[in-house]
Amino acid sequence: MRRLLSGIATAALLCSLAACGGGDDAGSDGPITLRMTTWSANPAHVQLFDSIAAEYKTSHPDVTVKFDALPIDNYTTTVTTQIAGGNAPDIAWILEGSAPDFVASGALEPLDDSIENAADLAPAATALWKQDGKLMAYPFSTSPFGVFVNTDLLKQAGVTLPTDWTWENAVAAASTVAAKTGKQGLVVRDFDYKDWTNLATVFRGWGAEAWSADGKTCGFDQQPMVDAMTFLHKAIFTGKALPAPGVAADFFAGESAMTIAQISRTSLLEEDGFGWTLVPLPAGPSGEYSVIGQGGLGVLKKGKNASAAAEFVKFFTSPANSEKLAQFFPPPRQSQLTAQTLAKANPLLKPEQLQNVVIDGIADGVVKPSHTGSAEINQAVRAGLDPLWKPGADVPAVLKGVCTAITPLLAK
Amino acid sequence: MSGGSALIRRRYWTTRRRDQLTAYVFITPALFGSLVFVFLPLVLVVWYSLHEWNVLADTFNFVGAENYRKLADDPNVPAVLRATAFFSIGLVVLNLALALLLAVLLNQKLRGTTVFRVLFFSPVVVSLLAWTIVWGFLLQDNGGINGLLDTIGIDGPNWLRSGGTAMASVVVVQVFKNVGLNMVLFLAALQGVPQDLYEAARTDGASPWTIFRRITLPLISPTILLTSIITVVGSLQVFAQISVLTQGGPGTSTTVLVYYLYQQAFQFHAFGYGATLSVLLFLIVLALTVLQWQMRKRWVFHEH
Repeated sequence: MRRLLSGIATAALLCSLAACGGGDDAGSDGPITLRMTTWSANPAHVQLFDSIAAEYKTSHPDVTVKFDALPIDNYTTTVTTQIAGGNAPDIAWILEGSAPDFVASGALEPLDDSIENAADLAPAATALWKQDGKLMAYPFSTSPFGVFVNTDLLKQAGVTLPTDWTWENAVAAASTVAAKTGKQGLVVRDFDYKDWTNLATVFRGWGAEAWSADGKTCGFDQQPMVDAMTFLHKAIFTGKALPAPGVAADFFAGESAMTIAQISRTSLLEEDGFGWTLVPLPAGPSGEYSVIGQGGLGVLKKGKNASAAAEFVKFFTSPANSEKLAQFFPPPRQSQLTAQTLAKANPLLKPEQLQNVVIDGIADGVVKPSHTGSAEINQAVRAGLDPLWKPGADVPAVLKGVCTAITPLLAK
Repeated sequence: MSGGSALIRRRYWTTRRRDQLTAYVFITPALFGSLVFVFLPLVLVVWYSLHEWNVLADTFNFVGAENYRKLADDPNVPAVLRATAFFSIGLVVLNLALALLLAVLLNQKLRGTTVFRVLFFSPVVVSLLAWTIVWGFLLQDNGGINGLLDTIGIDGPNWLRSGGTAMASVVVVQVFKNVGLNMVLFLAALQGVPQDLYEAARTDGASPWTIFRRITLPLISPTILLTSIITVVGSLQVFAQISVLTQGGPGTSTTVLVYYLYQQAFQFHAFGYGATLSVLLFLIVLALTVLQWQMRKRWVFHEH
């Protein structure tokens, strides 16, 4: 590690000697190459991005856009290390978890002049990406969480999908399917007992929040969270409705009855695979709710061609291209959030699924938890929650411990 | 051209000076490499540790000893140092003991020892990441290890997810990975012990244990010193194993110093504080190496 750090330090030094990594547009004459970092290497996505870039090149022959797909696990780390090394991308996707850090840090160029018809953007979608009323990043993907159900596995276990779609009933069904089929019941995708922010798709059903809206007060030790986590703990260790810690199960490989995932995961389903359906998140004791995950698109001040990058962002996010991107990434444009537009782009989803999960989800959805300094807070919460993930854990005491650990960080 | 100046030049370029010049020319690439990639970064890391450096916000402010004060007050540091010590001590003790045991066993003149030597050495040449990832699967709650235990009626723990077993599992995975290297070094040392000493001892009626303690151990002590230094320094640099197997959890039970440094610098964007932690790591490695080097005077046997 010390060697790695040294390598970067040296690179940074050599870079400053060679005067690279400047933020001005000295290179706007002559051909330029813009680099956009993404976390998707999905060939269908890449093909679409490349076709948008190719179309842009016909009107801007000097500009080539390269899409640089980075692994999502270390995405933010990789981007910030590139920035530190003087090799900042011109345009970067930003995960919602690190949105407050990027938006508040001043690392991004305001995009207000780079978005066509900005009034069309849904306020719920842009809230996270604004600083002092200025749009710092464009939420190109606003993807609600829903529950994918493997109807074949349910049939095999003799279980019908509960019509009264509550957490109580969902967990009971998952538990029965797991017991009868030997597969797993319900998987909260990408949670894996590490990325607890995905649990917001569960605890919001109890009206629980990780922290208050102003980000200053810890919510883990409050009653709604205690109730939600007690329910979840029981579902895992008594009902065996969710896979135990360290057990890997992929819904899309047919290994579980249900999964909570973003609707953009529909692309992982095969046309001739198992039978499936998509339903909204189950209702909790505090009623119906929905949760959305977002991806933003920002222009970095430290990129070499910031104004050319902003130009391209304008094109990439235009209504026409937004409609094309809608087949993978639900758009923030209200005019495009109709079952008709989305149906064209998502042939696998039925109109009522789109209406129930996507359109209503985006309208009422709350974005997954985020905070400035989120990496450190998330790490502290994760470490604090670890004692919860074993049978017989003292739920209120563990949650109190989480608050003790993160309260100083929330105050920063 | 007068003969005088040629004479002076000849006198200046004496054989000694020529040799020196040649030597410097030869070591220049290596010297340049160590300056640019070892000494310069070392100095820079100390310099960075005196700054608050947030990459995202693009701030680089001199804060003096602030990061060192933060280090002294950081509530995580005691736990991190405990985890580091646990890993290093566990690894060094297990690794050296097992390596020595294997070396002694495989130093017998029996059929098939070559096969076993190859078997125990082969993990050393396996890619560290591949090795660790496969062990990660084996140690899952429903993984291979527990499946094996299940057949003999034992309900194995969730190795990597419970506080009591996570660090021990990481240590054992690392011991199996590298024990072969120390084993080979010990084997070479054992075979360097003169046979006539053994014969003389046996003639005098010494028991095998006495022979091992009084002859073998002293004669291979330089190798024990070497392997212990290599293993201690290596153990303090453990990163990939932690990153793949536990990400520092559960809780902070496997957050060793290098992993904590990585979290601070690369995940929490606090490069200045990360540099401070790496200064601490440097001092620990330095202190341990000096200590071991001093101890060699007490217990390492030298023939000459």
